[in-house]
Amino acid sequence: MGIEGVGARVARKEDKRFITGGGRYVDDMVVPGMKHAVFVRSPHAHAQIKKIDVKKAQAMPGVVGVLTGKEIKADGIGNLICGWMIHSKDGTPMKMGAWSPLAVDKVRYVGDAVVIVVADTKGQARDAAEAVEITYKELKAVVDATKAIQAGAPQIHAEADNNLIFDWELGDAKATDAAIKSAAHVTRMKIVNNRLVPNAMEPRAALGHYDKAEDHYTCWTTSQNPHVARLVMSAFYNVAPENKLRVIAPDVGGGFGSKIYIYPEEIVCLWASKKTGVPVKWVADRTESFLSDAHGRDHVSTVEMAFDKDNRITGLKVDTIANLGAYMSLFSSCVPTYLYATLLSGQYNIPAIHANVRTVYTNTAPVDAYRGAGRPEATYVLERMMETAARELGVSPAELRRRNFITSFPHQTPVIMAYDAGDYNASLDAAMKAADYAGFTRRRADAAKQGKLRGIGMSCYIEACGLAPSSAVGSLGAGVGLWESAEVRVNAVGTIEVLTGSHSHGQGHETTFAQLVTQRFGVPIDSVSIVHGDTDKVQMGMGTYGSRSGAVGMSAIVKALDKVEAKAKKIAAHLLEADEGDIVIENGEVKVAGTDKSLPWFQVALASYTAHNLPAGMEPGLKETAFYDPSNFTFPAGCYICEVEIDPETGTTEIVQFVAADDFGNIINPMIVEGQVHGGIAQGVGQALLEGTHYDASGQLLTASYMDYTMPRAGDLPSFKVSTSNTPCPGNPLGVKGCGEAGAIGSPPAVINAITDALGVVDIAMPASPATVWATIRAKK
Amino acid sequence: MSDVSLTVNGRRVSGNAEDRTLLVHFLREHLGLTGTHVGCDTSQCGACVVHVDGRAVKSCSMLAVQASGSTIVTIEGLADGAELHPVQAAFKEHHGLQCGFCTPGMIMTATDMIARHPQGLDEATVRAELDGNICRCTGYHNIVKAILAASETMAKGAKGRAKQAA
Repeated sequence: MGIEGVGARVARKEDKRFITGGGRYVDDMVVPGMKHAVFVRSPHAHAQIKKIDVKKAQAMPGVVGVLTGKEIKADGIGNLICGWMIHSKDGTPMKMGAWSPLAVDKVRYVGDAVVIVVADTKGQARDAAEAVEITYKELKAVVDATKAIQAGAPQIHAEADNNLIFDWELGDAKATDAAIKSAAHVTRMKIVNNRLVPNAMEPRAALGHYDKAEDHYTCWTTSQNPHVARLVMSAFYNVAPENKLRVIAPDVGGGFGSKIYIYPEEIVCLWASKKTGVPVKWVADRTESFLSDAHGRDHVSTVEMAFDKDNRITGLKVDTIANLGAYMSLFSSCVPTYLYATLLSGQYNIPAIHANVRTVYTNTAPVDAYRGAGRPEATYVLERMMETAARELGVSPAELRRRNFITSFPHQTPVIMAYDAGDYNASLDAAMKAADYAGFTRRRADAAKQGKLRGIGMSCYIEACGLAPSSAVGSLGAGVGLWESAEVRVNAVGTIEVLTGSHSHGQGHETTFAQLVTQRFGVPIDSVSIVHGDTDKVQMGMGTYGSRSGAVGMSAIVKALDKVEAKAKKIAAHLLEADEGDIVIENGEVKVAGTDKSLPWFQVALASYTAHNLPAGMEPGLKETAFYDPSNFTFPAGCYICEVEIDPETGTTEIVQFVAADDFGNIINPMIVEGQVHGGIAQGVGQALLEGTHYDASGQLLTASYMDYTMPRAGDLPSFKVSTSNTPCPGNPLGVKGCGEAGAIGSPPAVINAITDALGVVDIAMPASPATVWATIRAKK
Repeated sequence: MSDVSLTVNGRRVSGNAEDRTLLVHFLREHLGLTGTHVGCDTSQCGACVVHVDGRAVKSCSMLAVQASGSTIVTIEGLADGAELHPVQAAFKEHHGLQCGFCTPGMIMTATDMIARHPQGLDEATVRAELDGNICRCTGYHNIVKAILAASETMAKGAKGRAKQAA
């Protein structure tokens, strides 16, 4: 490992612009003639649109255009779609209701976009938006998924009877029922996974620019996957053919899943730009983000876990109702199915598993992938069950887990996944040691003397990352392949550009990816640039989500580097009159092994472009492209331990220590990996302690600002103790597994296990706010 | 419309803005200083923190016209030419940022915090002082580390300068 190569804690190349105010986010973009858009959104959760009168608004100062759903329909812009087909267990396809970019006849949640107003300034657009007159006929709304599927509930989409989108199952129902019937012990719980709002700090934004002379569109957008955005907007929404649409995702201020999807706003801004003849920029307010960004989680599950007399798990039965909100967002259907039920084996040997999942429309914001996406929900189910079972069986939580750990690999679970590598005992041991688990009893007694309640909880998670083998996801209903592309361009002076289909919105790709190049050729890291986020620069890519940019994105770069290296060696062998097999590239030099013959790296690059003296038949240039399609998912895993101290008088929970021991496979930049874990834990702790998304019965979002929705702040969190004990992933050339989501997956059950341990109760609802904890203590007395 | 005159990052600037224009929008839209960000609409997130007459202020909580006559430093004006401010350098060294969106506000808050605590900072104080700044990426771990490190570096620098002067 060099100081800038693989495994080094290289400070980030991209930081300079961010710490000096030089970042370029969508809201920072200015195009000559640009105007500003404001969306008029539904104030009702469920209503018919009787009449839209835009005359007054059109006459307001500075107004350029006021446009409605009827007009966008008339221009042939298509409805939004969900790109992953799921079939119910009776064989029928999921019931996808129409989602018009601007509502036409009906609104289905508070925040549904109805009209776009374009004006010289945002203030003028806002004033005019208030002058748009919409007559609604209010309908009864339903926000709770368990109520929405009951008979007589308000019907949200004509396509989905009783709001049921699909009723899907995975696993062996018969075998699981038999296991439960013959069990020595069965643990039963109802488990609720609370709805969350992703809250990337940069609100969503879009700038649409139609160039009339070229009949060409450019869209600057806050996207985690600009190529997917272009593909979907072209193929399904009929915005423009791909060659007439450029999508740019410049610096993007966090995503966490919420910026994967193609939302109505970017489609409407592009269309409105053509319609009005001016570039149109829209930037969400924070409250608008709360209302209209895709939310996460919102599962209610009934779970049974069966054990034999030796405390080995014999079966797991899960019945889940997942709230998908008012419309099916782009990947909403795969989150509670193939990203959830397939992980229900966790780190354990479970011979029989059956999951039944019903997804449901409600009059709430659409729900889709949020950091972890399905895997946090699966982990929460399993790790809450393990904790409760351990207490019921009278064994230690660690012992119950150890007894059931999978210890030999590969391991085929009953729910599709084939785990390739792991060492679950190693991460459990590491976490227990770092947490001084043995000393907890003493610490609990000390706390009791101070009138405080101490609790400790653990969580052993597994996730499936590196999404995903294209043929596998295709067979499961995905509308796209999930490979990644890379292009490595060696310039004539030896500097290198890597074009990647991955997108960095905080993950530090500009550094990590460059470390691969530095490792390979020994060139200084400053001579390597990573190019991403622009469909005009990068040929095609699938973007960044599901912790895939390491395992899939970097593997594509490795493949392209292999090709460049092979060609460079051929050129060098020719120039140095040596055998190709004797050429080595290191420290910026191309050498003949065992001799003093060498060429500087740049001379090989230069020779490839001057093409004065290349091997016979070789094409000039030193630029290679590769597409990498993974052979399997990767399986990061780990153990998290949380220790809390609760003040019974106020219900306040303090996290006194949080330990994470992860297995991410090989690591390229430990500093960046640790940062990912820190951030993930904060989001998981936020879910467990602070973040509650509350709709009232009429469908109004009560928590639609930072005054009402409790974001984790510095004072809510401790410094974290993180470490890794790694088993390389055998499935990709770098042996990496992915680290982006682990923190958010592993932490919520650790926190809740600790709190219930402290309080001596079976369960407590997330978020376990001071009020909830206080009420739980009082209810117990 | 109102006339607004300010000294921003050492440069005298003036402009004419709608009365309702917030300082943050004046900086971003009239002066093109887009390093100062807007992350919420309730003065909670702190992405817009700048220094107004030497104090950290959320520039979304002040009208541009109210700031008229003030001396303002934004993230663009913090470094000394090519040399990063010690807080900027510490954020980079300790990986105190990921997506970068909250970072300008964090750095401006941290600079002010360190200046108000010449006796030095501890972790609990830093965490309490960061209450007005939200970060969704880092879990604050490395932000706290960076601020503590910068505080120490700057204290050493101040001592060094005092010694030199003596």
